[in-house]
Amino acid sequence: MYYKTKGYRIFSIANYTFLGILSLLCILPIIHILAVSFSSMAPASSNMVTFWPIGFTTDAYVKTFGNSNFINSLWVSVNRTVLATIIGIVIMLITAFPLSKEDTSFKGRSWYTWFFVFTILFSGGLIPSYILVQKLGLMNTIWALILPGALSVWNVILMMNFFRGLPKELEEAAYLDGAGHIKTLFLVYVPLSLPAIATLSLFTMVAQWNSWFDGMIYMSDIKDYPLASLLQTIIVQQDLSKINVDPSMLENISQRTVRAAQIFIGALPILLVYPFLQRFFVKGIVIGAVKG
Amino acid sequence: MMLIPAVLLALVFQYIPMGGIVIAFQDYKPYLGFSGSEWVGWDNFRYLFLYPDVGQVIWNTLFIALFKIVAGLIAPLLFAILLNEVRLVGFKRVSQTLVYLPHFLSWVILGGILLDILSPQGGIVNQLIVALGGEPIFFLGDGTWFRVTLIVSDVWKEFGFGTIVFLASLAGINPALYEAAEVDGANRFKQTLHITVPALIPITIVLLTLSIGNILNAGFDQVFNLYNPLVYDKGDIIDTFVYRLGILNGKMSFATAVGLFKSVVATILIVISYRLAYKLANYRVF
Repeated sequence: MYYKTKGYRIFSIANYTFLGILSLLCILPIIHILAVSFSSMAPASSNMVTFWPIGFTTDAYVKTFGNSNFINSLWVSVNRTVLATIIGIVIMLITAFPLSKEDTSFKGRSWYTWFFVFTILFSGGLIPSYILVQKLGLMNTIWALILPGALSVWNVILMMNFFRGLPKELEEAAYLDGAGHIKTLFLVYVPLSLPAIATLSLFTMVAQWNSWFDGMIYMSDIKDYPLASLLQTIIVQQDLSKINVDPSMLENISQRTVRAAQIFIGALPILLVYPFLQRFFVKGIVIGAVKG
Repeated sequence: MMLIPAVLLALVFQYIPMGGIVIAFQDYKPYLGFSGSEWVGWDNFRYLFLYPDVGQVIWNTLFIALFKIVAGLIAPLLFAILLNEVRLVGFKRVSQTLVYLPHFLSWVILGGILLDILSPQGGIVNQLIVALGGEPIFFLGDGTWFRVTLIVSDVWKEFGFGTIVFLASLAGINPALYEAAEVDGANRFKQTLHITVPALIPITIVLLTLSIGNILNAGFDQVFNLYNPLVYDKGDIIDTFVYRLGILNGKMSFATAVGLFKSVVATILIVISYRLAYKLANYRVF
């Protein structure tokens, strides 16, 4: 038996070590940031902190939450994530349902499919989209963040494939019992598709929470920025000129511990939903992406 | 019908901007609008190929994207093969959970983390390099290191997630094959070489062909969150270039022309790669 040979045992040890190190590499940077965020200023700025806080303090978090811009942005982000996820999922469902029908019962199905798929292949690009949002008067409203991305053709395709996997008899039975299309969708198909819907909802939430670029270009006032855009501005660009704060605040923001705290808060919702996400998503993705 | 909201959304937010492409053929002035702006024909495109930086930008894009595609395919492939050898289910699960995680964090968060840990003034990576007797490296301020950082950090973010499709294919291998090989006296290495690797070849070909369509996408989010004026020459890619020119410098027509050029090339490539994937591996997306 191969696994009893000496060579295989040596390989095994090396393999476990290597994979262990790789796995740790994916999490250690986040732990480092967490440790810095809970350390007091002096050890953090003299680079003494590695993976455990030195001089434990929650100052950085107190300062972060004392910043009204930060609270505002957090609120915008929460709002946007909740609204966009609900709208996105409803649109995905009502779009995927008719598209999952056979050509015979829904004439023009393939025409509609191509109409949507074409938007994946080709797009007007950044500038025309920007001009459009401007002309629609959506600038500086939360709708500029929600509507342009409300229809995700990828999600529709995944959902459509999932619906196709459900037995057709269900639908026929529902029609015989007098249910219309809407009733059939929400009372028969949706309850059966909860794992897929949960996966795609979580994906949508993550994408919405992480989305930063639209906030930066469509919002002119930093007060309307979602959290991701605010973090981009103050942590990545380190452009503090956009934020109107008194000098003492500026000093706080530029501190390494505060930056670390902000990064961590930005990542926190993802870290929290991740365990739930993880349970579903392998199944969800594999069903959709590698069929056949 | 139920499709009305989706059709409307696609029309308004996807098809109308396609109409906006006309400004690539205009000298667009926002206060004059589409109808008032002057038509300039192909001037913006002519300008595109004469503009001094464009060649470099296209080269950067291709270079970075190509390395990302290749490294981004090899890393998960190897990781999946090695993980397949792990017998402790618990270890496997924990390891998978950890390596998938970075995929779900945005480049803003990861950019913030990288700026901190790669800092030449005592970032933890440079501390390690110094401790090992090396010289501190200014990862994000030097053109060559910047590209290396882009590629390595992209692989780091995505390799775990990329293993999913490979692991799915591995789960589909008939265990009888391994048993038969063992009876024939093949050791584990030979089994891997002759059973595991061939089983992964079709999906690898599919992924490789599909990635052709992405050759002009070197990753706007990542580059934008990591770069700075020091590395514009080596790090600027088409998307960041369009952003800087179009939104920051207000050259809307020119930026749209560059965007259109990219969009057309990408569409052609995607169609070709989907056809190829269908021919080579009988794979259909829709």
